[in-house]
Amino acid sequence: MAEKVLMKGNEALAEGAIRAGCRFFAGYPITPQNEVPEYMSWRQEEAGGAFVQAESEVSAINMLYGAAATGVRAMTSSSSPGLSLKQEGISYMAGADLPCLIVNIMRGGPGLGNIAGAQGDYTQATRGGGNGDYRTFVLAPFSVQELANFPKKAFELSEKYRVPAMILADGILGQMMEGMSFDFEPVDPKTLPQPCWAIGGKHADRARNMVFSYALGEGELEKMVLKRAERYALIERDEVIYEERDTQDAEVLIVAYGISARASIAAMNIARANGIKAGLLRPITLWPFPSKRIAELSKKVKAILCVEMSMGQMKVDVDLSVKNACPVYLHAKPGAFFPVAEEIAIAIESALKGRKDQLFNIEDLAKKAENKIYAVNNPVCKEGALL
Amino acid sequence: MNAITKRPSSLTQAQFHYCPGCGHSVVHRLVAEVIDELNIKDRAVVVAPVGCAVFADKYFDVDSIQGPHGRGPAIATGIKRAKPESIVFSYQGDGDLASIGMAEIVHAAARGENITVIFINNTIYGMTGGQMAPTTLVGQVATTAPKGRNEKLQGNPINVSEMLAQLKSAKYIERVSSDSAPNIIKAKKAIKKAFQNQLDGVGFSFVEVLSICPTNWGVTPLKGLEFLREKMIAQYPLGVFKDLTVANKEGK
Repeated sequence: MAEKVLMKGNEALAEGAIRAGCRFFAGYPITPQNEVPEYMSWRQEEAGGAFVQAESEVSAINMLYGAAATGVRAMTSSSSPGLSLKQEGISYMAGADLPCLIVNIMRGGPGLGNIAGAQGDYTQATRGGGNGDYRTFVLAPFSVQELANFPKKAFELSEKYRVPAMILADGILGQMMEGMSFDFEPVDPKTLPQPCWAIGGKHADRARNMVFSYALGEGELEKMVLKRAERYALIERDEVIYEERDTQDAEVLIVAYGISARASIAAMNIARANGIKAGLLRPITLWPFPSKRIAELSKKVKAILCVEMSMGQMKVDVDLSVKNACPVYLHAKPGAFFPVAEEIAIAIESALKGRKDQLFNIEDLAKKAENKIYAVNNPVCKEGALL
Repeated sequence: MNAITKRPSSLTQAQFHYCPGCGHSVVHRLVAEVIDELNIKDRAVVVAPVGCAVFADKYFDVDSIQGPHGRGPAIATGIKRAKPESIVFSYQGDGDLASIGMAEIVHAAARGENITVIFINNTIYGMTGGQMAPTTLVGQVATTAPKGRNEKLQGNPINVSEMLAQLKSAKYIERVSSDSAPNIIKAKKAIKKAFQNQLDGVGFSFVEVLSICPTNWGVTPLKGLEFLREKMIAQYPLGVFKDLTVANKEGK
């Protein structure tokens, strides 16, 4: 059995990537993911790989584009504002059908936000994020254990379908220390097959390869997009990963991922101690999303409670899955504030009994805003009460 | 009977889409000849830009990657670091390299990446229809500077070669021209040296080639060449701005 050690999330992630055979890393400093490039700066050298501190996030993602095109397992990591900058390169890699690993250790936003953990990049991550019609795998770990072991899974999925993969974690997971172990033997990159599409290296024995995302001829781009859509459909059918806890008899189903799922487990236990049968579905792949399973469960439960550190971004996917089969509620902790088990427990009860405590609803939110019109001559604005 | 010239084997059979008089056709051929002569076809990688040379990947019969606008040197860095036995060259125009991609070229040079960069300077955005570039001369008309580039509003052109030559890790920087047979011969020599440097592990090598864009300048190719000789070279003098090739080879 693998040795159990105490590791910080970001370092476990970096070591996990190395053990998964990652031999190229390019990144840029941004909190709260700095331990990843710091660890990689010496560890890649030790492992015979390459580390580049890029001059910008834009450059880092394009270095990744070049490295991934050679067929090596390559990754970059950043945090939310950095991911916004990386969208250009992610779109190109999706368009060029390149496998690679992109990590987002999310922090508060929009804009500079703050440096605490958050989940505000859900929509950006699960909808592609850059220009064009594409998707990326999105894996959401909820422990240091999963941070360490997901890079291998991400590389394998990414290579199987030639679709970029993202690990979407948050600053809390990245910064916290936990006991963990690697559940796989280190991968020797030399044992991995050289992909037939890869460029670079010396290759007297093969014709040239071309890596590109454009197709200017009439109808050519449509063909490329459709081929990709077929793969995406297959992924949505075959590669959904999720975890269920206590859903057998649940009357309230919590849907939560990442660190929100950790708090939700504690809340679920509180609810059960109070006689409410709560269960949890934790999406592990955010794309592909476990829509089918959530739809099934929505017909058995009385209510669904979404717990997320964003204002209902994940709830959109739950709503799309449930199609009004049962009410869906939102307990949100936006602005990079940690979800609290006791508060979620109240939200569970509210969801079951039709109360409002610890739930957000659109009508009430709108009412709060209606007297604060964003006009310069509005007296409320002059008093500085608006913000 | 012996053939005295032939199509370089490092060019595909595809027909160039470049306009009559355009410098890209000449420089493509020079690069392909160099790849042939150095016998590196099976390890060369072209990084194609955004701009008129976007289809460079269709023309060079070597491994290729087409990248986002201006990011060539970053992509080349990724390829070279991941597969050091590759001979990687980024082929870029002046909008690509000197405007949106300025950070990437400066930092690739600052890191001393062992790559080759071919920089085509024709003082204008070609593909998009003749907009002002960072390299547009003061007074030169462009579709976004219809009264000519105004020094007070748009500043002065950027001399990229002179700028990069300031960086300690840049090893070889030369500006050449594609306007005449003697200059084309010199251009080829420079390009060959920039590739040989990479083979020798010397480090960052950069060749700027002055070219004409008759279509977007709104002149005949012959008038274009006159403009290059009279106006462009005054702003962009030809010559070697830096050459640490020998010193580096001798380990000095």
